[in-house]
Amino acid sequence: MPNVISPDGSIRQDNWVVVPRPAEGESLDIPADQPALIPADLWLAGYEHFTGRQDIGVWFDSHDEPEILDGRVNELPVIAVNFPKFSDGRGYSIGRLLRERFGYVNELRAIGDVLLDQLQFMKRCGFDAYVLRADKDITKAQKCLNFFSQGYQAATDTEIPLFRRRAS
Amino acid sequence: MYVYDEHDRQMAAERVAQFRDQTERALAGELAEDEFLPLRLQNGLYVQRLAPMLRICVPYGMMRSDQLRRLARITRDYDKGYAHFTTRQNVQLNWPALEDVPDILAELAEVEMHANQTSGNCIRNTTTDQFSGVQSDEIADPRPYCEIIRQWSTFHPEFAFLPRKFKVAVNASEHTDRAAIQVHDIGLQMVRNEAGELGFRVHVGGGLGRTPMVGPVIRQFLPELDLLTYLEAVLRVYNRYGRRDNKFKARIKILVKALTPEGFAEKVEAEWQHIKDSPTRLTPEAVQRIQAYFTEPDYAVLDNATDLLASQRFENRGFDQWLTHNVDTHKKPGYAIVTLTMKKTGTPPGDVSDKQLEQIADLADEFSFGEVRVTHQQNVVLADVRQDRLLELWQAITPMDFGTANLNTLTDVICCPGGDYCALANAKSIPVAEAIQRQFDDLDYLYDLGNIDLNISGCMNACGHHHVGNIGVLGVDKKGQEFYQISLGGSSHHDASIGKILGPSFARDEMPQVISKIIDVYVDKRTEEETFLDTYRRVGIDPFKERVYA
Repeated sequence: MPNVISPDGSIRQDNWVVVPRPAEGESLDIPADQPALIPADLWLAGYEHFTGRQDIGVWFDSHDEPEILDGRVNELPVIAVNFPKFSDGRGYSIGRLLRERFGYVNELRAIGDVLLDQLQFMKRCGFDAYVLRADKDITKAQKCLNFFSQGYQAATDTEIPLFRRRAS
Repeated sequence: MYVYDEHDRQMAAERVAQFRDQTERALAGELAEDEFLPLRLQNGLYVQRLAPMLRICVPYGMMRSDQLRRLARITRDYDKGYAHFTTRQNVQLNWPALEDVPDILAELAEVEMHANQTSGNCIRNTTTDQFSGVQSDEIADPRPYCEIIRQWSTFHPEFAFLPRKFKVAVNASEHTDRAAIQVHDIGLQMVRNEAGELGFRVHVGGGLGRTPMVGPVIRQFLPELDLLTYLEAVLRVYNRYGRRDNKFKARIKILVKALTPEGFAEKVEAEWQHIKDSPTRLTPEAVQRIQAYFTEPDYAVLDNATDLLASQRFENRGFDQWLTHNVDTHKKPGYAIVTLTMKKTGTPPGDVSDKQLEQIADLADEFSFGEVRVTHQQNVVLADVRQDRLLELWQAITPMDFGTANLNTLTDVICCPGGDYCALANAKSIPVAEAIQRQFDDLDYLYDLGNIDLNISGCMNACGHHHVGNIGVLGVDKKGQEFYQISLGGSSHHDASIGKILGPSFARDEMPQVISKIIDVYVDKRTEEETFLDTYRRVGIDPFKERVYA
């Protein structure tokens, strides 16, 4: 069961399973007794079957286009974004688009190569659940989420950039 | 000049605390080397051939005298007593110890300096014309816009892990481009539209490195207040679609080329439509607030000191030469712009000692309202010097070796640190610069040759901007031996162009002779008014080829 970090640094456990993309010709291996995150395009392909299920969420890989879910994002209880390598920054754009453009309000989870020093960026880009890579010290997450008390720019967490806050 | 408020100070202090924590975790083995790498790079820290190297940010080249003095102290306390002015208007220390870097950053933060994003795959220091605010032909002072971009790009959460580094430059002069904007990832040329409104012409996808390119225009007019939302759209398109599979194909220029400039522009416009009216859109008040930091200093009301200077020149030939070459026209009567050259033969271009940093600080206080500007040609500008004190200034700087009257001539070489310091370099660059400076030590001959940009890079990464040198020199490695490839005809100005390779490369000891032959061809072929670049563009590369490889 993954440990999931919240934006305030607190830690909880849940049992969402990330179902990998099946190989060509194979079908999705969804566990019977656990909530599952499946590739977003496959959720869409099986929409009739999956819609309305609170135990099925989706995940995007960093090269995927979140645009495919436009208009349907809030039908999902959880959307995850995979960071295949911590230095792959595409997931930050995906996070902001899901929140700020498509109006997604439920849980946005960072999965994959999620390290302590990237948490602050994920938080600002709309992620509110982080599954830290297993070998990292989860007790340091709270500190690493809170090095900065503010930012210069608008992002998902602050709609108003500093230059507008200064003016008021 | 921009002054921090409580928000800037707080974030600077938080950044130092964060990097201190990261360094501790790295030293304790909690961060793998590749995990610490982008963190330290985004705090300016490289690990180079001989030691770590710390690149300290000088936002758009502006520095105050107290900051120079602090730098001098840092080089003494933590390094070997000298620093290096880079081709990105920044300052580098060559020998700091890894564990000292958090303390160095804390000392910098005390004087409103930092090393944020001076390296790594993020948005780097925004650069501009070193004569901003003091020249008469600029559309508007570009520095407030550079500061606005600096704040927007600092710790930007979405763009901290781009496919590759990202450099923005702003130019405001109508007739010259000292910021080389067309060889940047984004080049912003300030313009006014037909209605007289202020805005930017946006070039995207210029760059040097392995695939040199002049950046095409993707938008002819971007209204001033739309600056940040449009930059955000460009960066988002790049962050999402730039190549990440091959480091050498990851710069935005490759994406722009693959999509075509028109195709890229369409993608940006589509993205921008969604965010152009978001709160990130600038307000007139926000721009005015930053502009208020870049007001004119307390100039005296003066006339031009034409007669005085004429008689001083007449009496002193050295002063006369210096005035002609290293002093530029100021927008205010009675003032002048002085460039201190850091290019004395025998000293690596851009290198300064702690003592010299303090001397520059003293000169700034005494002659130029306590401020200096670092140029991408690795020199230092005193932007506001009274004309009636130029002789006094010249007399003061001559013994300090800042008065070499070779600005913009062949020996005002742009040069990267090269194989003497840099782990990436294929070849040394500094000894080549020095050999050429020695070969051409006759100032009168240099003046006769006129403006020639000679740019030297020790490797393909092109920190010495060799592609845009009128004469470019690139260090290459041939079976473990250092060789040098020459290109001709590059320019970083409004008429930007990428130089053409002359032919097979040369050994280091051949270089002064080869450069001499190239210069001889120019002297033979030129008409009276032609610069080196004019002649090259008229006669082409063949006459040079024939002479050099004869």
